[in-house]
Amino acid sequence: MKGTEAFQEILPLLKDEPVVHANGYICRESFQLQDRRGNFYMIGSMGLASAIGLGVALARPDKKVLVFDGDGNVLMSMGTLAMIGATAPKNLVHIVFDNQVYESTGSQRSLSSTVPLEEVAKSSGYPVALKATKREEIKPAFEKLMQGDGPGFLLIKVDPDFDPKTGRVTHTPEEIKTRFMDALSGK
Amino acid sequence: MLSSQSFISRLTENGFNFFTGVPCSLLSGLISSLENNQEVPYIPAVREDAAVGLCAGAYMAGSLPVLLMQNSGLGYCLNAFTSLNLIYKIPTLVIMSWRGCGGKDAPEHIIMGEINEDLLKTAGMEYAVITAENHEQVLQQAILKIKEGLPFTLLVKKGIFDERH
Ligand SMILES: Cc1ncc(C[n+]2csc(CCOP(=O)(O)OP(=O)(O)O)c2C)c(N)n1
Ligand SMILES: [Mg+2]
Repeated sequence: MKGTEAFQEILPLLKDEPVVHANGYICRESFQLQDRRGNFYMIGSMGLASAIGLGVALARPDKKVLVFDGDGNVLMSMGTLAMIGATAPKNLVHIVFDNQVYESTGSQRSLSSTVPLEEVAKSSGYPVALKATKREEIKPAFEKLMQGDGPGFLLIKVDPDFDPKTGRVTHTPEEIKTRFMDALSGK
Repeated sequence: MLSSQSFISRLTENGFNFFTGVPCSLLSGLISSLENNQEVPYIPAVREDAAVGLCAGAYMAGSLPVLLMQNSGLGYCLNAFTSLNLIYKIPTLVIMSWRGCGGKDAPEHIIMGEINEDLLKTAGMEYAVITAENHEQVLQQAILKIKEGLPFTLLVKKGIFDERH
């Protein structure tokens, strides 16, 4: 499955949930397919999307909060999985687009071909950690996580086939933050 | 010496309501006050940069966050400060212990103790050194900066707060 197909499965299922995006390809793909005010595009601070999402989830327990992460990002911040497991916010859904490479920087291999990240999430304390390798597995897994109590984890195995012509996020960082905060506060 | 308990009260009275960090002995009194505080959360962080991210999320979701850390974690945070807080204008109050201040400390703290002010300045991170006399004034200075969307650091030397360890 192509990375973009995984996004095409999930994006139509979103309502007004805040979604924190990891840097690189994740931001760009999502921005290109469906820009939303509730999207926080983290353009720097690699590895911190999960921590940012956790902060949002803890401060707004009334909202389902999503993180769209990358394998390289998750591997950089495995300790944050422990923080999520320990604080156990019911409203956090952590989705990882795992292409087994650092695609944004030229597809150098990451460690996720040998390290099962969904197992790491499970042993870190996520009550539900699922894995999808086929396109048709995504929707039921996503719906299960959105309906149940979290923190939930979904690892989606995708092929590295990012289209380098996909543009960068054009909003300024300040615009991204203001839109995101307005969307979160219902403005 | 300042009472850790009353400084935490000053922070909560001023609206700070989300606390995280990685412990330092110089901040042990502050953290222990937070752990005993039922009103506000203290989330133990695994590393200082993760705590920066956590604070950023909490801020955007309407909280007013405080990060407690040792200056040895400053290096971990520089990328987060410069590519998250400063460019998005996401404020956080950072309470950072100043180990190695004046060159008198364990060997691992000496170099960072000498350069932490320069690192903060170079990164464009505003800060003040907190003392028993100026604590209310620097807290208000920090709050003004936070209202402008900027992170602000209070540097804490040994002996400023009572310790509990
Ligand atoms: C601290 C840091 N190191 C390295 C980079 C360069 N970099 C930007 S995106 C990226 C790859 C991210 O990998 P992954 O999360 O797997 O996302 P993918 O690009 O594969 O979608 C890297 C290494 C960076 N931005 N920050
Ligand atoms: Mg990747």
